Amino acid sequence: MLNPISAAFKKAKQENRSALLTYTVAGDSSKKQSLDILKSISKDADILEVGVPHNTPVADGSQIQTSAYRAIKNGIKMNDIFKIVKDFKQSNKYKPIILMGYFNMIFQYGENNFLNKCRSSGVNGLIVVDLPWPENKYFAKKCKKKSIYFIQLLSPTTTKIRLKKIIKDSHPMSYFISMLSTTGGKLKVSPKDILKNYIKIKKIDPKKEVVIGFGITEKTIGKFKSADGLVVGSAICKEISNSLKHRQNPVTNVSKLVKKLKSKII
Amino acid sequence: MKLKKKIPLIDQVSKSGFWGNKFGGNFVPETLKKPIEDLEIQFNKLKKDKKFINERNRYFKNWIGSPTRFIKLEKLTNHIGGAQIWSKVVSDANGGAHKVYNATVHCLLAKRSGKKIICGDTGAGYAGKMLSMAAKKFGLKCKIFMGAKDIARQQPNVKAIKKNGAEVIPVYSGSQTLVDAVSECMRFWVANCDTAAMCVGSTVGPAIFVRICGWSTSQISRELKVQLIEEFGSIPKKLKLYNCVGGGSSSFGFWNEFMDYDKKQCEFIGVEAGGPARSKKHAAPLTYGSKIGILHGAAQYVNQDSDGQIEETESISAGLDYPGVSPLHCFLKDTKRARYTAASDEEALNAFKTVTKYEKLRPSLEPSHAFSVAIKEAKKLSKDTIIVVNSCGDAYKDRGILEKRLGRKYVKPN
Repeated sequence: MLNPISAAFKKAKQENRSALLTYTVAGDSSKKQSLDILKSISKDADILEVGVPHNTPVADGSQIQTSAYRAIKNGIKMNDIFKIVKDFKQSNKYKPIILMGYFNMIFQYGENNFLNKCRSSGVNGLIVVDLPWPENKYFAKKCKKKSIYFIQLLSPTTTKIRLKKIIKDSHPMSYFISMLSTTGGKLKVSPKDILKNYIKIKKIDPKKEVVIGFGITEKTIGKFKSADGLVVGSAICKEISNSLKHRQNPVTNVSKLVKKLKSKII
Repeated sequence: MKLKKKIPLIDQVSKSGFWGNKFGGNFVPETLKKPIEDLEIQFNKLKKDKKFINERNRYFKNWIGSPTRFIKLEKLTNHIGGAQIWSKVVSDANGGAHKVYNATVHCLLAKRSGKKIICGDTGAGYAGKMLSMAAKKFGLKCKIFMGAKDIARQQPNVKAIKKNGAEVIPVYSGSQTLVDAVSECMRFWVANCDTAAMCVGSTVGPAIFVRICGWSTSQISRELKVQLIEEFGSIPKKLKLYNCVGGGSSSFGFWNEFMDYDKKQCEFIGVEAGGPARSKKHAAPLTYGSKIGILHGAAQYVNQDSDGQIEETESISAGLDYPGVSPLHCFLKDTKRARYTAASDEEALNAFKTVTKYEKLRPSLEPSHAFSVAIKEAKKLSKDTIIVVNSCGDAYKDRGILEKRLGRKYVKPN
């Protein structure tokens, strides 16, 4: 069977658009609510990134940190996260889910245990922020054996030679970090320049999917339409924070936002 | 796992940055791979460059003021009545603590690579103070990240940082202490690594930072070795080196030159922060058997829960209040070259009282932890045993805490 991640890209291509990837933190603001959000936004999002909250996230800006701290404070544990994924998959088997987090959580769970659990709960891909290439080679191979995509990160600082080597080892999807920033930073590079870098990466192996993330919001998403996929994370986390602040329903508000995001790339 | 002889410990590292295939590494976001690699290439080249070494030595001598004193604590020794207690007064260094060595080297490197900004973390405020001082000296713009809790409890150093023209950025996330300051500083570097250099304030972080810091603070043991030979004619037959361990930069620097001696002749004792006697929280991952985990880019023993969330620490001393510890110390623990133990807040305060009662030395709360264990063990040791305690910081920064906990008479009026 085709990995649902690849299937999602295929579908978006057929519809002549980029795939929309959302990022929400598991357990934000509660286990149930984060599951409800996933269920609700899955109508418009093509791929769901589920953040594994960690309390020393060295690459996340304030919005995602706030979401992560909120989830941890509400008691989320690794096993709860797998349960959220499993419950979601029972309602929507083919919607791809990617877990995104920091390596210590995997390390403590045990690499093999973690991957087995991913497999049994229905995780389709993994992004490990602090496990760069080539250190991730061995783990990526293990992922492949379980039919889980290990998604390589690429950055504006990644040298040309390195890009080639990473893409060569990469699974069908990679993630291009648009600019030098933590998550949720304001777009400080022009979309044109970002796309120029993106095209350079695409040329290395056009068959492999590359998504763009960091700095993508309702305002900017329309400018990146030509990419294989676009990730929106901090803007969604911010929406949850704002909803809670104004005593509104985060599920409704986030769903509206995701719908709007989608409308901008159709 | 084995310690090799004749190779500096900072160089007993694998290509991917591990000591003993287990500790350290480079668990960093992709964006930092290139700046880290650049720094590695630069450092590996310069540490063999005689001109660079001379330049470093010149700054160490003329600006930092090397060597710092090595003194006998005569009255304290008589009072305790066991081993001879000596101290290496590293707080003599310009700025008042060992952090100045690492800060100076990082600024020298940043200057050479054409960086305009340098960012750094700080707990007790010494790393920040020294970096701001060095940045000013070398004409670099400086940003210091510091937990809000530490800003409140280490005001004298905060004032000094600002006076040096650096920006102090308060960190409100998590426990609002050193661990959060390091995270925030790394985030700043992720977003600004094209123009900014980063100075990690201790022997922690991605492998290259562990190595640069260890290389810098080793000045302490280079001086001590000469001073011991001057004093005793040779390295004493029974030598014990006590040092507090937070991240582990002063202790590593205090021990490095003695690494190849047999531990029966030259023993290393690292003292971690045990926290308040009544609290379960501590900052002593080596003493209390914390599991290996990844923190700030490196695998190390670290206080964490079963999921891998980093646990909050508690210690009266902001400089030791860190849940992890240098990969170098993890390696020294596992190879049994060093012995680690902890002192509580109260024990450190008592040691401070004892030392200041008998000597004209005012160790900050960090080295007071080391003094606590040294005093305790000295009683049982023979008179020909030489104990040296690294007094790596001055208590001036702790005046607020000392006044609150011990009363006015323990605060010096300056």
